[in-house]
Amino acid sequence: MRRLLRLALCLLLTLPCLAQDTVKIGSKTFAESRILAEMMCQMLEAHTDVQVERRFGLSGTMVCFEAMTSGELDIYPEYTGTGAVTILELDGDFHDPLQTYLVVRKAFRDRYKLDWLMPFGFNNTYVMAVRGEYAKEHSLETVSDLKSVEKTIKVGVSHEVLNRPDGLPGLTKAYDLNFANARGMEHGLAYQAIASGEIDLIDAFSTDGELLRYKLKGLQDDRGFFPPYHAAPMVRMETLKKHPEIAPVLEKLGFRLNEETMQRLNYKVQEEKEPIPQVVAQFLSEEGLTKTAAPVKVTSDKDISFAQYLYKRRYKTWKLTIRHLYLAVMSLGLAILVGVPTGIAITRYSKVAQPVLGLTGVIQTIPSIALLAFMIPVPGLGLGVKSAIAALFLYALLPIIRNTYTGIREVAPGLLEAARGMGLTNLQLLTIVELPLASTTIMAGIRTSAVINIGVATLAAFIGAGGLGDPIVTGLQLNDTELILAGAIPAALLAIAVDQLLGVVEKLLAPKGIKNS
Amino acid sequence: MIEFQEVSKVFSGAQERQVTAVDKVSLEVKSGETVCLIGTSGSGKTTCMKMVNRLIEPSSGTILVGGKNVQEQDPIRLRRQIGYVIQKAGLLPHLTVAGNIGLMCRLEGWDKKRIADRVDELLTLVNMPPDQYRTRYPLELSGGQQQRVGVARALALDPEYILMDEPFGALDPITRNGLHDEFLRLKEEVKKTIILVTHDLSEAFKLGDRVALLRAGKLVQVGTEGDFRDRPASQFVSDFVENHWGVEV
Repeated sequence: MRRLLRLALCLLLTLPCLAQDTVKIGSKTFAESRILAEMMCQMLEAHTDVQVERRFGLSGTMVCFEAMTSGELDIYPEYTGTGAVTILELDGDFHDPLQTYLVVRKAFRDRYKLDWLMPFGFNNTYVMAVRGEYAKEHSLETVSDLKSVEKTIKVGVSHEVLNRPDGLPGLTKAYDLNFANARGMEHGLAYQAIASGEIDLIDAFSTDGELLRYKLKGLQDDRGFFPPYHAAPMVRMETLKKHPEIAPVLEKLGFRLNEETMQRLNYKVQEEKEPIPQVVAQFLSEEGLTKTAAPVKVTSDKDISFAQYLYKRRYKTWKLTIRHLYLAVMSLGLAILVGVPTGIAITRYSKVAQPVLGLTGVIQTIPSIALLAFMIPVPGLGLGVKSAIAALFLYALLPIIRNTYTGIREVAPGLLEAARGMGLTNLQLLTIVELPLASTTIMAGIRTSAVINIGVATLAAFIGAGGLGDPIVTGLQLNDTELILAGAIPAALLAIAVDQLLGVVEKLLAPKGIKNS
Repeated sequence: MIEFQEVSKVFSGAQERQVTAVDKVSLEVKSGETVCLIGTSGSGKTTCMKMVNRLIEPSSGTILVGGKNVQEQDPIRLRRQIGYVIQKAGLLPHLTVAGNIGLMCRLEGWDKKRIADRVDELLTLVNMPPDQYRTRYPLELSGGQQQRVGVARALALDPEYILMDEPFGALDPITRNGLHDEFLRLKEEVKKTIILVTHDLSEAFKLGDRVALLRAGKLVQVGTEGDFRDRPASQFVSDFVENHWGVEV
C-alpha cells in the first residue's frame, strides 16, 4: 500500500510540467481560432527567440479567458465583440468597430492587465444563415424577413449563442421574433444538420468556409444587431513586458487578413483538409512575412482509405492513447486512494454517510465540461493535465465510495458479531472480515469508475489535456469525420478493453469461498 | 466460574423509552458446569450471555469470570479467553475450514506448524476427518458440519469458558439430535464451563447440568430437570414446562 502511494506521488510530481519561460499560445476549438493562433506561433518562431508552446482547442471563451488571467496562457486570438459582451458584459450599442476596439482594449488593460494588439483586419461577426433554396422559397433576404416564418422555422444554434445576451435572446428581442422551435447544438454539427434539412436556420460566422460549401445564404443584419467581431491578439501585459519583442512581431499581422482571405484559409482547412501549419506557413510566405518559403507539398488525406488513414496515424494514436490512459489511470488511482478509506470511514460514522454520498452524487451531476472548466482557476491546477486529472478524480469518487460503503454494510451482521465475539480488534474486523467480503462490490465500483473515466477523459481535450479526445474535438470543429473516428474508435476500444481487463482482475481477486456461491 | 451479581441491562428505546432487558440477575456457573439459559424471545437470555464477553455492557451489577470483573479487563483479551459459538456457526465464507478454525491462533502469533496441528486435532475432535475437510470452504459444508467447525473454532485457543448462542437452532431435528449426543461426548472430553442459550426446553434439559429460566429479564428459576418438574418456583414455571415439553427431538 505504501509503495503504491509513493509511486502515485512520484507520478504526480513528474506530471508534464510547464517550463517557466515558454510563451503559451492558445486557441479556441474552431478552425479560424486555430489558424490565427498558429499564425502567431509561426511569426514568433520565425522572428524571435521565445519558446512557443501551443495550447490549441480550448473549449469556449471563459476557459480561455480564465487561463489568461491565471497565467496559464499568454496569448490567444479573441474577438472584440466577444470581449465586450461575453467577458466585460458591457451594455450599450457596439456598432462602430474602432470604438468597440478602443473601449474593450481600455477595459481589459485596466481590469485584467490584458492587452489587445492590432486587429488582424477582418470582421467575423455572426450571421444567421438559411439554405439557399429555403431563402428563395420564403423570399428571405434580411433577418427581419424571418418574422413571416417564426412559427415554423427550425432553429439550431451553438450553445453559446443560444444563451448569450448578444446571441439568440438579444436577436429575437431586437427583431421582435418568437421562434417556436429553437435548440442548441455543436457548431460543427449544425452545418450537416442544416444541409440535411433537419434544421433551417443556424448561426454562422461570416468567415466560415462552410457557407460556400453548403450553399447557405447569410441573412442581412438589417437592424445592425450583431456587434463587430474583429479578431486581435489578446496578450498578458506581463508577458509583453517580459518579452518586449513580441508585440512588434505580432503587429506585423495587423490588417493583413480581410474577410475573403480568412474565408479562403478556413476553406482550405475545413474543406480541403489541409493541415493548419501548412496553410499558415504558405500564407505567411506569400505575404512576405516569413523569409523561408515553406516548401510544403500538399498531401491530402482525402485520397486514402480509412484503414490506411488509421494506419498512417498509428504512432499519433498510440501517443494519444498513452496520454488518455495516463489521465484515466492517475485519476482512478487517486480516487481509489481517497474513495476506499472514505467509504470505510462513513460506515463508522453513519451520520456523515448520507451527506458524503450526497455530495459526491452532486459532483456526478455536474456536466463534465463544466467540471473541467471549474478546475482551471484552482491554484496549482490550471490549464491541462492537472485539471483534467482533478476533474476525473472527482467523477470517479462516487462509485468507489458508494460501493465500498455498500459492500461493507452488506456484510452479514451475524458474521461480524461472531468475529467480534471471538476477539478480533476493530482493525482485524476490517481487514479480515469486512474488506475481503466487500471486495467484489468494491472492485465493481472501481470498474465502473474506470469506464466512466475513459469516457470523460475524451473531454479533457477541451482544456488542453490531450488524449484521444484531441482528434474528436478537432474533428468536430473541422467537420472531419475521419478524424473524429480516429479518436472515437480507439477511445471506445480502450473503454471495452479496460472493462474486460478489470473484469478478469475482479474474478481473480474474488475470495474463493464466495465465488461458487 | 462465571458469576452474575445483580446484573441489569436497560436499553434506551425510541422516544426515550427505557426497556429493561435484564433485571437484577444473579447466577453462578460453576467450573466445568453447563448452564442452559432458556426463555421465550425477549426474555433477556441472549443479552445475559453477551454481557459475559462484553458484546453488550451491563447498566449495573458485576460479572466475574474466573473471579475477575469483566469490566476491568481488555475486551479483546477477555474474548480470546472465552469461546463463542453462534447460530449458523458464523463461519467466514472466504476462509477455508482450516482458516476459520486456525484464525485466532494465527492472530495470537502461533507458528504455522502449530496451527496446522491444532486444526487437525480439533477436526478430529468434532469427528471430521482433517484430510477430507481442512481445505473445504464453509459453503461446501452441510449445516451440521458448519456448526461442528464453529465449535472447533471456539475451542481453538483452548479457552476455559464457552458461550453458545442457540448453536443448534437452525438445524433439522436429525442433525440436531446427532450433534446433541456429540456435544455431550465433547463436554466430557474437554471439561469447559459453558453457558448455552436456547429456547428449546428439551434441549436445555438434555444438555445442561442446570437450567436457568428467564422471563422478561428476570431470573425465574435455576435448577435441574427434577427441580423444574417437582418443585416449580411458580405457576409460570409449571405452565412453561407443561407447554414446552411436548416436542421430543
